[in-house]
Amino acid sequence: MAIPFDQILIQTVNGLVNGMILALVASGLTLIFGIMDIVNFAHGELVMLGGFTGATALAVTGSFWLALVAAVLTIALLGALLQATALRPLVGRDPLTTILATFGISLVLQKYALWQWGPSARKLQEPITGQFNLFYLEYPWYRVLTALLAAGIIGALYLFLRYGKYGIWIRAATQDRIMAQAMGIPVPLVHAVVFGIGASMAAASGVLFGPLGGVTQTMGADFTLRAFIVVVVGGMGNLGGSILASILISLIEAYASLVVSPAQAVIASFVVLILTQLFRPTGLFVPTPK
Amino acid sequence: MTTRSSAAGYWIGFGVVLALLAVAPLVLPEFWRRFVTEILVWGLLAMSSDILIGYTGMVSFGHSAFFGLGMYGAAAALLTVRPPNLWLAIVYGLVGAGLVAVFVAYFSTRLRDIYFAITTLVFSQIFYVIIFTWTEVTGGENGLTFRQPPFAIPGLVSVPFTPVTLHWFILGVVVVSYVVLRRIMQSPFGKVLQAIRENEPRTRAIGYHVERYKIVAVMLSGLFAGLAGVLYAVQNKFTAPDFVFFLISGEVVIFNVMGGMGTLVGPVAGAAFFLVLREGLSRFWTEYYLIPVGLIFTAMVIFMPQGLLGFLKRRLNQ
Repeated sequence: MAIPFDQILIQTVNGLVNGMILALVASGLTLIFGIMDIVNFAHGELVMLGGFTGATALAVTGSFWLALVAAVLTIALLGALLQATALRPLVGRDPLTTILATFGISLVLQKYALWQWGPSARKLQEPITGQFNLFYLEYPWYRVLTALLAAGIIGALYLFLRYGKYGIWIRAATQDRIMAQAMGIPVPLVHAVVFGIGASMAAASGVLFGPLGGVTQTMGADFTLRAFIVVVVGGMGNLGGSILASILISLIEAYASLVVSPAQAVIASFVVLILTQLFRPTGLFVPTPK
Repeated sequence: MTTRSSAAGYWIGFGVVLALLAVAPLVLPEFWRRFVTEILVWGLLAMSSDILIGYTGMVSFGHSAFFGLGMYGAAAALLTVRPPNLWLAIVYGLVGAGLVAVFVAYFSTRLRDIYFAITTLVFSQIFYVIIFTWTEVTGGENGLTFRQPPFAIPGLVSVPFTPVTLHWFILGVVVVSYVVLRRIMQSPFGKVLQAIRENEPRTRAIGYHVERYKIVAVMLSGLFAGLAGVLYAVQNKFTAPDFVFFLISGEVVIFNVMGGMGTLVGPVAGAAFFLVLREGLSRFWTEYYLIPVGLIFTAMVIFMPQGLLGFLKRRLNQ
């Protein structure tokens, strides 16, 4: 079966756009893991809540960008609160207990969304409606803008961690929790803030994804699973690796859906995960450990 | 307290609980009779996962795959072989779950901690997608319905199940599974699994082939999960892809944490606790019962990691 070249190219663009949204989700997840050893099973639910908060704020304010900011701030606060109440007591315990605790949180958040916003999907109105021609398709500019915005947010995070004063605090708390505390860095506060930042990145991707796929209360599990796959393939706690892995996984799924149905295309990314774990368990995009 | 008297205490407790469960269907109204039977089935599933979570220290988020394949295996036997045969359903179910378990065990046991959890989760989703989309064979989203096989001993009797006899049959299977699993966990093999949980590098250094033990543990766990799936299929006369979805695996983990990991009976108590909570809360909260249940679960992870029966752990394992 021959697949036309233009279809492959369209799927490449689609894969890149989806990959950048996924990268935004996954970099929040990997940030939280890298700094606190917390495997956040509720990450996809934060994406979903971000999308719904954005939808509500959009209905109230009428501006997509205001809605984006509102959702990011609300979910950042929620994330910091979750960390301070549910996850702080687990610091120093087996990382598996954090999986269990965040799994419990994800159940609560998902059903809360169902209660608050109902079972039907919300589609956000995109802020720009222009299109350009990509072969026979009218390709919306909004999708391209989404990818650029996601890249911008991740870039800002990187610069903040690299050069910002609080970014340096965060990295110090990662490298040596006790030493950082001894130097006067308020480590518990840093942890809450990091969880807040990770959550806000999830919320941003939820809002950005809203006009593309709509927001439903069941989307969280799907995002969690994908973000996990990406983070493991890219190397746990490795920011650059998760971005490359997001793009790789999304491209593979986009190409696979040319051949099989999108529901089955998911299996392609599962296979990538399993192969990675078998042959390079530390991740595809990290140097081989000595 | 001497070992002898506490062992006697254990068996007395065992006998009392067993007698209560055996009498339950005779005195309970129809609804609650069914409810207790379901607790036993979910309890067996939770018990099978306890082998990994509680004894070997590996959190499986993929038990729905074994459970579901047990169900679909039983369905295959009940739909293709005339007349429907209970024992054949069990054999098919165990073969189905066993094959999946070999596959999952081979790949996932090379990994530890969260990587194991994620891999098992991913595997169960693979089977979910296959079952969900392969409509011609599995019935897709609608699943399959079939008739309940009679209880038959070849050449002797063949009587259809009544709710009471079905309860006794399921109780019998669960109790035998419990006794077998308890014996296995007390055997040298079980002790090695517990050594892996406590200190894997050390177990390896002593000279045990850790991967091989883990593979056997996953397979054992998968087989008993498949058995639970067969029982569920026989009781409810249908299968659906929802039972392969990872939410079921999540519930199994909840059963374990709530009841007490590493005790085998704890997860059964956890299943009972969860189902009672769900039953009680869903009367007021309908589908939102998971909000309070999720809060209780999270609080138990933080404040009560030993679970409901954790305080009995020592006595239950001697």
